[in-house]
Amino acid sequence: MSHDKSSPDFLYHHFYDVNQQYETSKLGMWAFILTEVLTFGGLFVAYTIYRAWNPEMFFNANLLLDVNKGLINTIVLIASSLTMALAIWAIQLNKRKLSLLMLFLTFVCALGFLGIKYLEYEHKFHLGQLPGEYYSYMGPEVVQEIHDQEKINHYIETNNIFFDKETNRLYTMNNPHIFFGIYFIMTGLHGLHVAIGMGLIAWLMVLTARGKLHARYYTHMEAVGIFWHLVDLIWIFLFPLFYLIG
Amino acid sequence: MGDTNQNYLTHPKGIMSWLLTLDHKRIGLMYLFGGLFFFFVGGLLALGMRAELAAPGNDFVSNDTYNSMYTLHGAIMIFLFIIPAIPGALGNILLPLMLGAKDVAFPRLNLFSFYLYSIGAIFFIYVLLSGGVDTGWTFYTPYSTTSNTNVMSTTMGIFIIGFSSILTGLNFIATVHKMRTPGLTWYKLPLFVWALYGTSLVQITATPVIAITMVLLMLERLLGIGIFDPAMGGDPVLFQHFFWFYSHPAVYIMILPAFGIISEIIPVHSRKKVWGYKFIAYSTLSIAFIGFLVWGHHMFTSGQSVLSQIVFSFITYFVGIPTGVKIFSWMLTMYKGQVSFTPPMLYALSFLFLFTIGGLTGIFLGAVALDIHLHDTYFVVAHFHYVMQGGTIVAFLGGLHHWWPKSFGTMYNQTIANIAAIGVFIAFNGTFFPQFLLGLRGMPRRYATYDPQFVEVHSYSTFWSGILGISIFIGVMNLLWSLRKSNKLDPGTNPWGALTMEWTHTSSPPHPHNFEEEPVLTHGPYDYDKVIVKPTFKK
Repeated sequence: MSHDKSSPDFLYHHFYDVNQQYETSKLGMWAFILTEVLTFGGLFVAYTIYRAWNPEMFFNANLLLDVNKGLINTIVLIASSLTMALAIWAIQLNKRKLSLLMLFLTFVCALGFLGIKYLEYEHKFHLGQLPGEYYSYMGPEVVQEIHDQEKINHYIETNNIFFDKETNRLYTMNNPHIFFGIYFIMTGLHGLHVAIGMGLIAWLMVLTARGKLHARYYTHMEAVGIFWHLVDLIWIFLFPLFYLIG
Repeated sequence: MGDTNQNYLTHPKGIMSWLLTLDHKRIGLMYLFGGLFFFFVGGLLALGMRAELAAPGNDFVSNDTYNSMYTLHGAIMIFLFIIPAIPGALGNILLPLMLGAKDVAFPRLNLFSFYLYSIGAIFFIYVLLSGGVDTGWTFYTPYSTTSNTNVMSTTMGIFIIGFSSILTGLNFIATVHKMRTPGLTWYKLPLFVWALYGTSLVQITATPVIAITMVLLMLERLLGIGIFDPAMGGDPVLFQHFFWFYSHPAVYIMILPAFGIISEIIPVHSRKKVWGYKFIAYSTLSIAFIGFLVWGHHMFTSGQSVLSQIVFSFITYFVGIPTGVKIFSWMLTMYKGQVSFTPPMLYALSFLFLFTIGGLTGIFLGAVALDIHLHDTYFVVAHFHYVMQGGTIVAFLGGLHHWWPKSFGTMYNQTIANIAAIGVFIAFNGTFFPQFLLGLRGMPRRYATYDPQFVEVHSYSTFWSGILGISIFIGVMNLLWSLRKSNKLDPGTNPWGALTMEWTHTSSPPHPHNFEEEPVLTHGPYDYDKVIVKPTFKK
């Protein structure tokens, strides 16, 4: 082809020019984001339906989640979105070292997010707040048989269990395993995306360190950036829907 | 054109150059032969079922085996043949050629899609060899969560093939948007490209939902999450909603590319500009859109509210409008044209008859009152096969005959091809038209045995299904037989006198990089009123 002489080494053979290659990759990434939104969309529909059918159960089960850990994770993830955006900004200005640093910070935030998520999961596994048949947490039911007000108060304090003063009894949750089923599937799928994102960011760090990415060619970073913001955005929806419905 | 012997089939050489190829044409061929293999397997299962149904009792197979046969027939035909066949095979080969591009937007992703398809296929082969699966291709809960057959492997296979389908769709969307040669604007695109584009939009938006549904079904079986189990507060009907939210649009993933093929064949073989170009193009997009809003018509007997039944029934009728627009546009394209009865055209004409019957019987089923009577009977079986086999597979065979000289640079025996095409048409009607009558008389689907009063109609259908199998086999073997070396055409040949870029701007079979020089657009895809192009047919 006639224009082969002038084409830089990062231009693939089937594109006319750098701009076409960049625009095509970006469009492909956005199309992929659309499929991701629909994948999670199915789960959001499941969430909506079961919450509409079991509003009290969702409310009570929600109290068993640790809001503080969720909040910290939200802040960590938003911060990582910022550092990701700064990494792209830096590479556009050819500041490779700054870009590398920002990628590293993003990676650390992602690791922190998964670490905190692990602590949350570990606690729930320990208590038996698990999906489906594996749900064995007997908190509310056990307390119902105790008529000692002090013990009830203690239980409410330590376990964040909802106590209805009018009926003078603790709410027995109906099928709480469904809440935890949806919780584990949605946060688990999200966590899987975070882990995949970490792999991609590590790959970007290698590419950047080797000088493969620079101001004229940073398509990989832009694409991973779009993906990472989506991961962040999904968490922004998951956090209030699971932790803040009380 | 034609001054070089280099073509994509022979250059480069070696088995690894095929397995690791990034060339869209080679990937398309691998899809084609993969698809044809599973067409053969699915077809054998169908003939086995018809043989069992020739007489009322359990003559050849047990009930369990029969359940496995219809499940695998449906799942293999849909997920391994019809969905990937037209976009994966013909779409891959033709899309960049029609756009004047050197390849699809993401060639490596394209190869990856093919390997995902292959891995999914391995899961299906495993299921086939290890005793099958008996839930029906719809995997309705709660039975699919309790059946002790291979539900896990089948759903895993569908999950993986789903990603293959998504990535192909994503690739095609980026290709159509960004890879067109300069000057090729949207309204100058061949209608097959519009059809692939509409299909791809459905693929990337509907398929993720079946993927997550399959994940939920697997988790239900593995962990008992109870989302679809009423005993645990779940809802089995939610599964049906999830499933049909994908699987109704999936019907359009299967039929839209077929519409695209018909839109190409009819103007070329009628030597006439396509009538209502924009109508056909936009009807593709509106079918893709309306297809997302009608899934509830599969669930009229699943306990929906009367209001949702009426709304879904009403929206279902809307699908008829853009479909009717297409049928009439094709008929008006042929009007006063020079129609030649070549094999592709015979398939296109059978498509018009068969698909119209399929579409009109869809109106019966879209009416709530009638559907409650006809639900789960052979009427549904007949309707579905008129649309899918009479529609998509007939169009696929037509497209295969139309672009065979382009893909391989050889011409098959046209007389045999014509006989096979007519055989398919007659035998198809012989097989499936009686099934409408069976359904109206109350014969339920998915049973290995039946009341003896149906025996005449069933054995009639079985007889013709054998002829149908033989006709398709002759048609495909005739194509494959043409591949022998003595049969080469001149690389510049344009046997149908077509005007789309894959015929006018490159050789048959094409150069490894598609075009020897950058293609310059000189005419629209259907400008038979402006450009005189004669069919050239040289050995």
